[in-house]
Amino acid sequence: MIFEVFRQERKGQAFVHGGSFHAPNREFADAYAREFYARRQESVALWVVPREEITTIEEFPDEFDLKYRRVDGYSIKARLKEARAAAENAIRLRDAGSAGGA
Amino acid sequence: MKTRTELLLELADDELILGWRNSEWTGIAPFLEEDVAFSSIAQNEIGHARALYELVARELGTDADALAFDRRPEEYRSAPLVELRRLEWARTIARHWLYETADAVRLEALKASSDPEVAGLAAKMDREEIYHRMHAEMWLERLLASGEGRERLQEGMLELWPYALGMLDGELRPPFEAIVRERLPFELPAVEPVPRGRHQAELEELLGEMTTVRRSAPAGAQW
Repeated sequence: MIFEVFRQERKGQAFVHGGSFHAPNREFADAYAREFYARRQESVALWVVPREEITTIEEFPDEFDLKYRRVDGYSIKARLKEARAAAENAIRLRDAGSAGGA
Repeated sequence: MKTRTELLLELADDELILGWRNSEWTGIAPFLEEDVAFSSIAQNEIGHARALYELVARELGTDADALAFDRRPEEYRSAPLVELRRLEWARTIARHWLYETADAVRLEALKASSDPEVAGLAAKMDREEIYHRMHAEMWLERLLASGEGRERLQEGMLELWPYALGMLDGELRPPFEAIVRERLPFELPAVEPVPRGRHQAELEELLGEMTTVRRSAPAGAQW
């Protein structure tokens, strides 16, 4: 069996993935997790999870590009670029006009 | 009646020699995870030996390294059980389990010692030994679960039983014997214990190897 280990470095912190190892059962996994991830006091707590218990999800369709769902708001990069180009163009036209009138 | 120094040296020598023997599996244990775990146990045992030698060294006016490395083979007080070189996994587990079981009985008695330094150190060691016992027990269970494992474990136990009995003496032997007989699913014969002090030929070889660096370093070398 393969086990995945998540470790917490300090109380209150999020658990982060530490790595994985083979063990014949949960008891062995418990012992090996201690040796691999906490022997040097580098963790205050461990989550030891059989890999087969973990559900992997990796398909996230977004066919209609629903930008308004994003927490960071609308992306205005493209429109900003357009606006800048238009402004620069207007300035150029104005300057060209005033130079011709002198 | 053994003196405090004698008792502590027995314990220290057992831990040092067994730590060395267990470390012989480093790099060649049955699989990587076990390699790390068993090597770590070996390191713990040697750490216990050092703490015990330091306690004794204060009394004898020497230091832990001198006690660990500079004595003659016949001066070591280790039990024959830990001296045997057994590079076969089932036998190693048999010894590991027998040793940890006997050690638990011994530590329990030391924790009740009227000497606060001895009782304190025994309690401290025991907090690590708990994990050694769990490790030994899960391997015992694992080997007993299959036909071949059980057969090989039993062979190892039968071979090592007289040595294990020799590790403890006096009032500590009967409780140890009772625990072992109750846990193992096969019969162990009544045998003559191999007592402490009757060193195995393997010890001299082990000490030669263990002290190589110490002997080759110039006197007064600092590490």
